[in-house]
Amino acid sequence: MQNQKNDKKELDIDLLEISEVVKKFLVANMVTMVFAILGIVGFMFSGLSLPFFVSELLIRMTRNSFLVLALIIPVLAGMGLNFAIVLGAMAGQVAVIAVTHWEIPGVWGLLLCMALSVPLALVFGYLTGKLLNKTKGKEMIASLILAFFANGIYQLFFLVLLGGVIPMQNEVMILSGGVGLRVSINLATSIKDAADHIWRLSLPWSALSFSALTVMYVGIRRYLNRAKKMEERTIRKHLVYVALVSILALWSLYIMNTDSMFNNIRIPIVTVIAIIVVCIFTTFILKTKLGQDLKTVGQDRHIATASGIDANRIRIIAIIISTILAAWGQIFFLQKMGILLTYGAHAQVGLFAVAALLIGGASVSKATIGQAILGVVLFHTIFIVSPLAGKNIFGDAQLGEFFRAFVAYGVVGLSLAMHAWGKQIQAGNSLKS
Amino acid sequence: MITRIKDLFTDFDLPRLLIVAFLSTLLVLAFFLGLPVLGLLTDMLNRLGMFGVLVLAMVPAIVAGVGLNFGLPLGILCGLIGGLVSIELDLSGGWAFAAAIAVAVPLATLVGLGYGWLLNRVKGSEMMVATYVGFAGVSLMCIGWIMLPFRSLEMVWPIGKGLRVTIALSGRYERVLNDFWDFTIGDPGSSTGALTIPTGLLLFFGAMCLLMWLFLRSRMGIQMKTVGDNPKFAVTSGMNVNRGRMIGTILSTVLAAVGILAFNQGFGFIQLYTAPMFMGFTAVAAILIGGATVKKASISNAIIGTFLFQGLLVVSLPVANQIMQGGNLAEISRIIISNGIILYALSQVGGGE
Repeated sequence: MQNQKNDKKELDIDLLEISEVVKKFLVANMVTMVFAILGIVGFMFSGLSLPFFVSELLIRMTRNSFLVLALIIPVLAGMGLNFAIVLGAMAGQVAVIAVTHWEIPGVWGLLLCMALSVPLALVFGYLTGKLLNKTKGKEMIASLILAFFANGIYQLFFLVLLGGVIPMQNEVMILSGGVGLRVSINLATSIKDAADHIWRLSLPWSALSFSALTVMYVGIRRYLNRAKKMEERTIRKHLVYVALVSILALWSLYIMNTDSMFNNIRIPIVTVIAIIVVCIFTTFILKTKLGQDLKTVGQDRHIATASGIDANRIRIIAIIISTILAAWGQIFFLQKMGILLTYGAHAQVGLFAVAALLIGGASVSKATIGQAILGVVLFHTIFIVSPLAGKNIFGDAQLGEFFRAFVAYGVVGLSLAMHAWGKQIQAGNSLKS
Repeated sequence: MITRIKDLFTDFDLPRLLIVAFLSTLLVLAFFLGLPVLGLLTDMLNRLGMFGVLVLAMVPAIVAGVGLNFGLPLGILCGLIGGLVSIELDLSGGWAFAAAIAVAVPLATLVGLGYGWLLNRVKGSEMMVATYVGFAGVSLMCIGWIMLPFRSLEMVWPIGKGLRVTIALSGRYERVLNDFWDFTIGDPGSSTGALTIPTGLLLFFGAMCLLMWLFLRSRMGIQMKTVGDNPKFAVTSGMNVNRGRMIGTILSTVLAAVGILAFNQGFGFIQLYTAPMFMGFTAVAAILIGGATVKKASISNAIIGTFLFQGLLVVSLPVANQIMQGGNLAEISRIIISNGIILYALSQVGGGE
């Protein structure tokens, strides 16, 4: 009798704890949850078939993740969301324009693009870093305005000077007047699909290989750490990983033996590997001395300076890395698109990447790789479904398009406001205590 | 008086000197290229009056310590709604303009109230939050322009849903201020053109500036300035910082609403959808060119800034077209100058320790 009572009491406490944990989780991940629900509802109303949607989403994921990942390091260095990745994208585009002009096709063209964009991105990143060091505390608005400003310079160069003051002969690329580049440039003679077409696997096979690799990764980690006692959390995380990829593997095996449309989806393995390399690079660099300094500067610049770290230098390095990654990200984006919108391709890069990262649950001062990838999935789900959902719900596809613009701007505004508000409440509390 | 003028010139630091030099060079060039200089001057005056109130809207926000009000589109949207309601009511002439303002001002006050509440919660990040709240507001109203129940045939698409992208104001309140008591000096047929003074427009802008001048000297205005200058001092002397900032934000939003109406009447069209998106940036750039900083602004900054910046736009277009074929040099120079001056102002705030 007594025992039963105790059990019940414990159960109550457990339930209370669980509800508390769930509540905390919901509050902390509110934005992400809202967008997950929006995405699911939008998908149901869009009337799209699941294989088509998945294929479209995978294309966008392999195309855009790179650019979102470029944002993480400046966030960790305490510089907020780097809207100036637009400058990186410009560096990438300059390289792509040059390579298209020289008509170097395929993988070599792609590699040359990546090599050419590095010195440019270095210079742009250095200058951006210098400016952001002069505008501490206002880095985000400065990087946003800098992106607009750089867009002006970019237009001046490619629309007014090129072909006129700076000689260039190319009838396909230059406007008929002989001055300025055309609005759109076909990349078929250069880097179109250069990375994507090297090696492609069907979705089920890719999923199966991914599952196998994940299991191998977990196995190796456990083997290497066999002497040490692992944390409870890590063990739980590994179990979840293995369970998830097992389901994925079973699903792929099932799909392989049907004539489902999923079998027709092809994954560009090289591009995926490139994205994974960026993830590994980001994780790796945070474990080095530079990464530790970076995080220290991000947490408190004054403490960092007091412990002998040159905060300004670290901040410039963070922006340079971000800019180079953005340049490469844009090159990968363009090889997938196959066409360069000379004056438009870079303009929204910052906004879309930032919105995606924030939807994934990141904030001005915290961002992880997982959040970046999740954000890309959710943000692009909204992008894919909203025009059709808008058409089916309101009878107007344009409404859906306006809605997704509203979502992009709104989520950035909301999460910046919530972050600033939280900081203000914290400052108020510390004043009181 | 003489010291005042002297102050005005010592305020002219490097970027302003550059802009003045650039503008004068352009004017001289225009003269030698045989462009109608007096006609250009008329355009400059017109643009000063049309754009002036929007730039003036920056003054209360900066003075109250909120900073550069990148959220100006919020007020602009209220003004646009006022303008549309006035057409929907089938009004024309001066009454239509008055009705538009009468609808827009209370609306802008309400929006300003909410906006001010938000800005009081995000102190230190106002500019960034304001920019994106403005962008979000503009894209939300893009949906609004399709859904709102306006019926007037002048405004809706003949087929399909929603309001047109541009709505002509001819027969409504097109140029009601511009053409009020206007007079022309010189012969319109001559090579230099003629100078037309838009008296009504300049009087309207002048009246707005005067009202702002009076307000800044009122008890409330002085409190607002103190709050903006030194929040800590304001708190110790028993002032409510949030209230001062709130007043500044509301005033800024209301002026933006009035400002867009003044702009539309001179322009002859209402532009909806994404048009208001970057108007905040243009206004910010103008007042910075006029000598304001992120923390300090005066009415004369707004007037000088509007004249210089809009003057630059007016003169650079024909001159650029004469000198260089192709390209969109005028638009490009607008982008570079306006964003360049904002960056310069941001980098002057300090924080470079």
